[in-house]
Amino acid sequence: MSSDTNTTNDAVNPAVDSNELIRFDKVVKRFGDNVVLDHLDFSVDSGKHVTLIGPSGSGKTTILRLLMTLLKPDEGTIKVGGQYLTHEEKNGKLVPAGEKHVRDVRKNIGMVFQQFNLFPNMKVLRNITEAPVQVLGLSKDEADQRARELLELVGLTEHIDKYPTQLSGGQQQRVAIARALAMRPQVLLLDEVTSALDPELVAGVLDVLRDIAHTTDITMLCVTHEMNFARDISDQVLMFDAGRVIESGAPEKIFGDPDHQRTREFLSAVL
Amino acid sequence: MMTSEFFTSWFLPGVWVTIQVTLFSAALAGVVAFVIGTLRTSRFWIVRFLSGTYFEIFRGTSALVLMFLFVFAIPLMFRWQFISPMVAGIVALGLTYGAYGSEVVRGSLAAVAPAQREAGIALSFTRMQRLRRIELPQAWPEMIPAFNNLLIELLKGTSLVSLVTVADMTFAGNLLRLATNESAPIYTLLLVLYFVFAFILTRGMRLLERQAKARIGQKPEKLGLLSGLRAKPSTDVVTGTGGVK
Amino acid sequence: MNWDWSVVDAFMPRFWDGVLVTLQALFWGCLIAFTLGLVWAVAQRSPQKWISWPVTAITEFIRNTPLLVQLFFLFYVVPEWGPSMSPLTTGVIGLGLHYSTYTSEVYRSGIDAVPVGQWEAATALSLPRGHTWRAVILPQAIRRVIPALGNYVVSMLKDSPIIFAIGALEMLGEARGFSNETFTIEAYVVVGVAFLVIAYPASLLLRALERRLVQ
Repeated sequence: MSSDTNTTNDAVNPAVDSNELIRFDKVVKRFGDNVVLDHLDFSVDSGKHVTLIGPSGSGKTTILRLLMTLLKPDEGTIKVGGQYLTHEEKNGKLVPAGEKHVRDVRKNIGMVFQQFNLFPNMKVLRNITEAPVQVLGLSKDEADQRARELLELVGLTEHIDKYPTQLSGGQQQRVAIARALAMRPQVLLLDEVTSALDPELVAGVLDVLRDIAHTTDITMLCVTHEMNFARDISDQVLMFDAGRVIESGAPEKIFGDPDHQRTREFLSAVL
Repeated sequence: MMTSEFFTSWFLPGVWVTIQVTLFSAALAGVVAFVIGTLRTSRFWIVRFLSGTYFEIFRGTSALVLMFLFVFAIPLMFRWQFISPMVAGIVALGLTYGAYGSEVVRGSLAAVAPAQREAGIALSFTRMQRLRRIELPQAWPEMIPAFNNLLIELLKGTSLVSLVTVADMTFAGNLLRLATNESAPIYTLLLVLYFVFAFILTRGMRLLERQAKARIGQKPEKLGLLSGLRAKPSTDVVTGTGGVK
Repeated sequence: MNWDWSVVDAFMPRFWDGVLVTLQALFWGCLIAFTLGLVWAVAQRSPQKWISWPVTAITEFIRNTPLLVQLFFLFYVVPEWGPSMSPLTTGVIGLGLHYSTYTSEVYRSGIDAVPVGQWEAATALSLPRGHTWRAVILPQAIRRVIPALGNYVVSMLKDSPIIFAIGALEMLGEARGFSNETFTIEAYVVVGVAFLVIAYPASLLLRALERRLVQ
């Protein structure tokens, strides 16, 4: 991991917006010979809802997995809330981060997975309270209270005492959303959260997310194939192709009158 | 035939010794299985290497030979001996079957969906928290069928302690043969007793499995009385391998 | 630590005698286990209940009782109404019979793993049942189970010292005789190491075989 070259980046880009929550700086990610992210630069401001679109294999999900530290970048740096995610500053030098540092920064990030990934050995309530109690050190009562509020938000209060396998896919995904929110993250990562669902269950999940987007100030970073949903909730849409952002802008602009030929082709294929 | 005096003074105590040896060595084997099995999934290669070496050594060793080493060789070599041959037998069985059990634990942990690990990371759990609260509880119901088979192998293995002078029920049976020269009823009784013990252990483990599966919201498959004493687990505990793919 | 290499030297001739007996027991035991196991497996699949049921019961009983007690039974009880057999012969039969109940399970999973379509195709071609077994099912099943059977060879090797209990002088029996006569312990250690030296490379070999056959 060659991070030394990046120590000077702040000098090159001195005008860092104080409102900036996520910043990717010349991030490179390869799988073997395949370059998935090619010196990617982008940032997300606090409170914004940003959607990543683009053909599959263009690196959208990789971005979310890098932020969740499920993957490590080969080059470049990622900052969350002004702190390096995968690196630590020691004596003015950037070194690969230790596990504790990574966990501290990562606590600001929540993620909802395509396949929900609920813990099958825990009932709905405990799925939501486990991490707040174990990781944030909340008391059981506080965590329970928080979980009940969130279950109300996602409309699943009556299923509090069930196991995940007893719920439909849409219900499981709503529990997963509540579980991620229970950590009170600054950023919520949504990784194609509806693509594993039966078509009739998609709307319920999207409604919950719309509700959250419109009523909270949480920052969202979505990868989705639901273009209507993207248009609905996004402040900004980033079009990806071959590991780079080829176009970005307000949803009206991207969906209505994109500049780039590749964007037009992609949208006409999916819409 | 078997006199009642002999029965109460030798045979019943022998049955009790068999039960004790089974329970104690199973407890030791369980501890060894979980410790070694978990260490074999460590991210540090040296930990994996050492725990893997333990597995290979005890998988490659005959439990009976190990017992002979413990009871006869070690006391003379190191001027140190086990409290009794029974303890030596329990330790030999526990270490050996624990090694096989470690393969069960390792295999079941490896079979937990990687997505579960990722979900744990996404919620900022530490490695230990993930292991204790997510991975082990989910792997546990998968381990029980294999542990059931292993427990029966262990029960059968306890008869070996009779060869290092521990007066278990096989030992008592042999004494009885020498005393009465009636071998058919004695050995038939012994075989039936071991079979009944195996049957009881299996029923217990089935119960445990049902509970464990209910606790993660799964329904266990229904098995009839004649469905066999053994489950069909993913790990073959006799050979310590994955069995037939 | 008490250790005397000259004792090891003195034990060696008897050690090799023991190795020979162990290998004999292993070879013939495997032969019995592999053939008898196949018989059990096919019989358990028989549509006739009066064949499949008793075979299932007998194999379950043998598999869930200790080899050691079975050996005593074969050695002391069977001669009362049947043939008297030498310790080694009894040991071979005991090992083979005991492990045939394991190999039958191995064959069974191998047979189960052959796709149903193979049976259906054979029926569609009107192949007789016996021929279907011989020419279609077993060749596919056995290829799958070779590594698993091999692993049972290693398990049998580790169980083979049990036959010394009825007086067959394999490695452990030789070590015990030698140690008792000379009041030494080195022979036990030699035998312990010998098992490791044989079993570990064997299991490595089998893993390599498994990778080649299961692709």
